[in-house]
Amino acid sequence: MTGPNVPGQPAPRSSTSTREGREGPGGPRRVRPSWHPAGLRSPARLRQLGVLVLLGLLAAVVTGPTGNSDHPLRAAWDSIADPRIVLFLVIAVVLWLIVALGGQLRTLAVRWTTPVREPVGAAYGRRGGPIALNLALLAVAIIAPMLFSTAAQQWMVDGVGIYALLALGLNVVVGYAGLLDLGYIAFFAIGAYTTAYFTSQTAMPWHAPFTLNPFFVFPIALLLAALAGVVLGAPTLRLRGDYLAIVTLGFGEIIHLLANNADGVTNGARGAFGVPHLSIHLLGIDYTWGIDPLPYYYLLLAIIVIVMIAFGRLERSRIGRSWAAIREDEIAAEATGVATLRLKLLAFAIGASVSGFAGVLFASKQFFNPQSFSLQASFFIVAVVIFGGMGSRLGVVVGAVVLQGLTFYLRDLVAPADRYIYFGAVIVTMMIFRPQGLVPSRRRRREIELSEAGVGAADALGAAPTGARP
Amino acid sequence: MGFFDQFWQLTIDGLMVGSLYAVIALGYTLVYGVLQLINFAHSEVFMLGSFGGLFAARALLPDGGVPGGFQSVYLVAVGLAVGALCGALAAFTLERVAYRPLRRRSAPRLAYLISAIGASLFAVNLAGKEFGRQNVDLPDLFHNDTVFTLFGADVSTQSLVIFAVAIAMLVGLDRLVAGTRLGQGIRAVAQDADTAVLMGVNVERIIIVTFVVGGLLAGAGGFLYAMTFNASYSMGFVPGVKAFTAAVLGGIGNVRGAMLGGLLLGLVESYGGYLFQASYKDVIAFLVLVAILMIRPSGLLGERLGRAA
Amino acid sequence: MLLSLTDVEVAYGAVTALRGLSLEVDEGEIVTLLGANGAGKTTTLRTISGLLRPRAGELRLDGRPLSTIPAHDLVALGVSHVPEGRRVFPSMSVRENLLMGAYRDRRHTREDLDRVFALFPRLSERIGQVSGTLSGGEQQMLAIGRALMSRPRLVLLDEPSMGLAPMVVQTIFEVIAEINRDGVAVLLVEQNAASALRIAGRGYVLETGEVVLSGTSASLLSDDRVRQAYLGEDLTPTP
Repeated sequence: MTGPNVPGQPAPRSSTSTREGREGPGGPRRVRPSWHPAGLRSPARLRQLGVLVLLGLLAAVVTGPTGNSDHPLRAAWDSIADPRIVLFLVIAVVLWLIVALGGQLRTLAVRWTTPVREPVGAAYGRRGGPIALNLALLAVAIIAPMLFSTAAQQWMVDGVGIYALLALGLNVVVGYAGLLDLGYIAFFAIGAYTTAYFTSQTAMPWHAPFTLNPFFVFPIALLLAALAGVVLGAPTLRLRGDYLAIVTLGFGEIIHLLANNADGVTNGARGAFGVPHLSIHLLGIDYTWGIDPLPYYYLLLAIIVIVMIAFGRLERSRIGRSWAAIREDEIAAEATGVATLRLKLLAFAIGASVSGFAGVLFASKQFFNPQSFSLQASFFIVAVVIFGGMGSRLGVVVGAVVLQGLTFYLRDLVAPADRYIYFGAVIVTMMIFRPQGLVPSRRRRREIELSEAGVGAADALGAAPTGARP
Repeated sequence: MGFFDQFWQLTIDGLMVGSLYAVIALGYTLVYGVLQLINFAHSEVFMLGSFGGLFAARALLPDGGVPGGFQSVYLVAVGLAVGALCGALAAFTLERVAYRPLRRRSAPRLAYLISAIGASLFAVNLAGKEFGRQNVDLPDLFHNDTVFTLFGADVSTQSLVIFAVAIAMLVGLDRLVAGTRLGQGIRAVAQDADTAVLMGVNVERIIIVTFVVGGLLAGAGGFLYAMTFNASYSMGFVPGVKAFTAAVLGGIGNVRGAMLGGLLLGLVESYGGYLFQASYKDVIAFLVLVAILMIRPSGLLGERLGRAA
Repeated sequence: MLLSLTDVEVAYGAVTALRGLSLEVDEGEIVTLLGANGAGKTTTLRTISGLLRPRAGELRLDGRPLSTIPAHDLVALGVSHVPEGRRVFPSMSVRENLLMGAYRDRRHTREDLDRVFALFPRLSERIGQVSGTLSGGEQQMLAIGRALMSRPRLVLLDEPSMGLAPMVVQTIFEVIAEINRDGVAVLLVEQNAASALRIAGRGYVLETGEVVLSGTSASLLSDDRVRQAYLGEDLTPTP
């Protein structure tokens, strides 16, 4: 759409038939329950059935056998010709019947799938609210890993903890500033390689002439990552927001390429081995984090809690309010004296530094290789933030727990590379049905809702695209 | 051998690859022109078209030896057609699944980007699962001889075919946008969607057609790409970023800009890859992107779809 | 009745822009819609052309309800809309812009081009020029000419005089009257109430989304409220 967007235009009269309960700013309309079988034969219903059956077939293919290029269609065919398909089709038809016939159920389903349409400020006090709830969650987080196997504990560190921290950082970029960073893992790599450089003479061919305790690397990595963020963001952020996404994408890939190929510097694809564990030698305390994952877990938990509290304060500070202003109406924010460029850059740098910080923790567990810094890892963090709820601190942590928990739980059922099929599907599904995420931030939720009703924006990427006439 | 001895050979190689970038770049530019949106999943449209064309041509390939004559023409034509169709189908599905529901809801811009990333992740890894995660070679469909030499550089059948088909598609698209009623509609929507509606343009249909046309081109381009290199589930990413760079270089949203940008990027990369190191080719494209964004973000020919048409 | 709106309500998010608006336009007449900024004049026109969807009320064209007709089909039913701020396609030439007006029906293009050029000789001089570089008056002529290319029965004109020199405004209003003489109905939104009422047969006065006054031009011209608020006349009694 060209020309200035007049804030606040009503929904356009759609050029095609409108779906019940979806359109109109007035919230989900209660749809008259239709128990008459004749209703099932209407074109719209039949189309719905067609879509659901297609989705069922797709689900069968996704969960079906793995194929190869010699027989490109065989795997797909085998998945569909398998008796299993009956199950998928039955599920599709049952879903359709529920959608088509269950009047009450349907109203419920519509509510579930279009929660953005609920009135602003609809009752829901479960996020961030009572201190007791937060403490209870914290207690669960403290106790839970003690009940797990060592493999699960290890995963609580490598998978959940690290990614929760990363997601908290990316949340500043995506959730607070409304920007998209697709090379976020690159800063994580910078943190990890910085650690290897400063703390070990043997981990990589390239190393500092002295060695430091990993604890001293935290500030260095943090600053380096932030610096990289500024260098990358400064030229790009003054442009359209979606350019940032592609530049960071390219940057992420280049860092990955360098890590993988520069054998003489980073030890290439073999990775860095032998970075010392974290250790404290202070005031008579001598403690070294070792092979046991639990101490790492608690360290991470402490850091995550601190970061969550700090970002909570940040969100409510002048800076946080400025970010909200930029998301909701960048031009108005600029006009009222908000230094939009500088604040966006700040968000980008804060996000990057959290990533760098997490990289130090990750490296100090002795071994890492460039595989951990692939683009897919970046996408995964995006998935975590989206799934959990952008802008919601608790949300993104829950996102990391749920997605990584599923990954761990399904580790024997789904090949590692195939997981990304599901993550991709999760991202698209969330964007279609629940863009505010699992545990939404109240403010972001309201923004998305208002922006869809045509008032203001919900990101820092400029006007909504054509066809989405606000 | 020095750079200048190789100059013409590098030029020919660069133009060949560049013409492919241009074909893919058109998909980005068309969608950007109409929707003001970077279609992040376009690289997967390219990948799926490439597989489609490759598998079709391979299925029809007779046993033993490299075919020749009419049979070669036939195989290439089938590969292009099936590739284009698969690309179009992928683009259509993408629009329906990942974009349309968001448009219906007037979602914020960020949602589209994220949705496209999700679709891309889904398509790449599903292709990896279905077709395996190794590179897949397309057997020779014709004898790849040197057709003629130009300033001492060899011009092979293959580069000639690729260049000719790519240029034909570029010219065809240019005519479509500049000289048909459909093109008129596309340009009108790109310039002012609301007013286009007042003129009787069905914006929804224009959007879908734009995706499909971009998909046709990317799919056929994917087949051409598989002829020189090979196909793999992750093949989309690098040419995708490069084609996007080409689109920005020429001025995103500008059809002729994308063509110019693609050819230029192919040349820069070809020369640069020789002067520095072949493995840094990808880095060159990225540096070009950052440089344009810093120096001339609206690209060489400016941004408007239809300005150059 | 060519066009009728009954109790139409339109809202921008939570803000109501039109509250129960009713109006009618008959075949071949000029009706003007007066009102201050923000009264809902543009919203009314955008609702008629289907760019906005009413929350309540009914729109009918030739007695047929418009609610199921998509915006892009309205031009085929004989309604042309000249939007506020002219909105010519900036990088298309004058000729291409005019052809956009005939997007749905190409049968009479040549004839209609001649008709538009006869109405606006200035446009024929600029036929190949890129529209973004035209003067404001020329752009307005182009926008009106473009709307005529579809052979409308009803033209919706949104502030055609906005930002134009008085001379040009006069030309534009003459052309509107001339279009109307060929039997085309016009719904004219104007700030320039005096000129609008001079060519219109009837008028409606809008305030905050409601019709507060309506009647023939003559009766509106003699109404004190109209004279004070829209014609800028000082009605304070002289001592």
